[in-house]
Amino acid sequence: MADLLLTLSGVHTHIGPYHILHGVDFAVPDGEVTMLLGRNGAGKTTTLRSIMGLWTPTAGQIRFAGQDIAAMATPEIARLGIAYVPETMGIFTQLTVRENLLLATGPAGFKPHKLAEVLALFPVIELKFNQQAGGLSGGQKQMLAIARAIIEDRRLLVIDEPTKGLAPGVIVQLIEGFQRLKAARTTILLVEQNFEMARALGDSVAVMEDGCIVHRGAMADLAADTALQEHLLGLSLGALQ
Amino acid sequence: MKPVAPYLLLPVIMLLAFPLMSGPSWIALTVAGLAMGMMLFLMASGLALVFGLMDVLNFAHGGFITLGAYIAVSVLAPLTGWVNAGSWELNLMARAAAMLAAAIVSGAAGLAFEAIVIRRVYGAHLQQVLITVGGLIVADQLIVAIWGTQPLPLQKPAVLRGSFQLGGAAIETYRMAAVVLGLLVYAGMHFILNRTRIGLVVRAGVENREMVEALGYRITRLFVGVFVAGSALAGLGGAMWAQYQETVTPAIGAEMMILVFIVVIIGGLGSIGGCFTGALLVGLTANYIGFLAPKLALGSNIALMVLILLWRPRGLFPVGGR
Repeated sequence: MADLLLTLSGVHTHIGPYHILHGVDFAVPDGEVTMLLGRNGAGKTTTLRSIMGLWTPTAGQIRFAGQDIAAMATPEIARLGIAYVPETMGIFTQLTVRENLLLATGPAGFKPHKLAEVLALFPVIELKFNQQAGGLSGGQKQMLAIARAIIEDRRLLVIDEPTKGLAPGVIVQLIEGFQRLKAARTTILLVEQNFEMARALGDSVAVMEDGCIVHRGAMADLAADTALQEHLLGLSLGALQ
Repeated sequence: MKPVAPYLLLPVIMLLAFPLMSGPSWIALTVAGLAMGMMLFLMASGLALVFGLMDVLNFAHGGFITLGAYIAVSVLAPLTGWVNAGSWELNLMARAAAMLAAAIVSGAAGLAFEAIVIRRVYGAHLQQVLITVGGLIVADQLIVAIWGTQPLPLQKPAVLRGSFQLGGAAIETYRMAAVVLGLLVYAGMHFILNRTRIGLVVRAGVENREMVEALGYRITRLFVGVFVAGSALAGLGGAMWAQYQETVTPAIGAEMMILVFIVVIIGGLGSIGGCFTGALLVGLTANYIGFLAPKLALGSNIALMVLILLWRPRGLFPVGGR
C-alpha cells in the first residue's frame, strides 16, 4: 500500500445557505491515480474546490503530506505542490499559450527539460505556442490546462472532468497523455464521467452521492462488478462504452 | 485574434475632421485633443486596472485626482522662484518635484483607502458604490478643510508656457509636454504589463482571479500594489490637469470623473490599451466638436460612448467575460 498523500476526513462544506459536502472521507495514495466518480450534483467539484481552498470547509480535516490544509488560502495550498485544473479549464484566453504556461513556472521561468517534456506530451501546444489561447479549440485548451499543471514538478494533480465536451478523438489523445503521466508515477486525483477513461487510468476509486462518499476501493474491482456499478452510478461501465 | 476595427477608429476620426477645418486648425486641435487624451489616460488608467483586476467600482478615484492637484499647488508655492526662473533645468526640477509629490501622496492615500475602506467591500458592488461615494465626500471635505474653497492659481513652469509653430498652427508647449509624458507613462505601463512577470499576473488576474490564486499567486497583495499605482497615476494626472488649467478647485476631480468613466467604459472594462484608445478618442472628439459645433460639445462624449456601445456593447477592447 502506497503512502497516503492526501486525506480528507469528515469534510463538510457550505456554499451560502446550502450544505453541499456532508462529511467526505477518502484518501489519495502517493504515486497513484484516484478516480472520484458520482452522478451530476453529487459534490465532486465541491470536493476538489474545498481541497484547493476555493471554498473553505466548515468542518473536517484535509491533510496533504501530513499538513492540515483545510484552513489555508488557495495560493498557499498551490505552493505546497498541488496543481488544479478546473472543469472550466481556467485558460487565460487573452494571453498567449506561452504566457499561460509561463504563469505556472517558478521565478526562473521555463526549465528546458520540463518544457520539452510537456511539448512532447502535447505536440499541438508547440504549434500554437505564441498564439492567443482564446483561439484554441476545446481539446487544445484542455491539453494546455493539463500542460500548465505539469510544467513544473507537482506532488499532486487535481483535475476536474477533463474530457467534458470533447470529441472522441481528442479524448483518446488525452487518455494517452494521462497514461504517460501515470507511468511516471504522478499522483492524480481525477473527477471524470468518461468511464472508459476511469477504467484505463484509475488505481483506486471513490464514489460520491449527495455530498458523501458511498464507496471506496480498487478501480479494477468496480470495473469488474456490473451490479455495483449500477447500484452506485445508475449505469454499468459496459453500457457507457 | 485581436479585432482590427477599433484600432482604426482614431485615424478615422482624425481623417473625418480634416476636411471640415483649415489645416492649421486641424493640427492645433489634434495636438490639443491628444494632450487632453493623454492626461485623461493618466487619470483613468488606475480606475480601469482596479476594476479589471478586482471588480471594484471606485467612485472615490476623483478624490485622488483632486489630491494630486492640490499637492502640486502646495509643492510649487514655495518653488515659485524655480517655476519662473529663466533656467529650464530649474523649471523642470520644480515640475518634477510637484509631479513626484502628487504621485507619492496620492499613492499613499490610496494605500490607506484600500486598507480602511475597499478591503471590506470586495465582491459587493452596491456597497462599493455607496462607500466609495461616501469616501469621495469625506476626501473632498478634508481637502476643503486643508486648502479652502477658493480656487488656487497654479503656474506652468516658464519653459512650458507659450507656444511654437507647427505647420502654420500655434501649438501650446504644455500640450506637447503632456503628450510626451502621457506616451512615456503608457510605454512604461505597456512594458510592465507585457514584459514582466508582475504584468503577466495582473493581465491574467483581470481575466480570472481565482485561477491566478490556484497557480500560487497572492492576488490580494497584487491588488494593493495596483490600487496604489492607480491612485498615484490619478494624482499625477490631477497635477498635470491642474497645471494645464492653471487653477485648482475642490471640484477638479469630480468634474473629471464623468470623462474618466466614459474613457474606461469606451475602452472596455479592465483594458489598459482600451483605456488609452478611449482617452484619445474622448480628447479628440471634445476638441473637434468644441470647434465645429460648440453647442454640441457638452454632449459629444456621451454621444461617442453611446455610439461605441451600440457597435461594441462591451467596449472597444473587452477583457475576458466582462
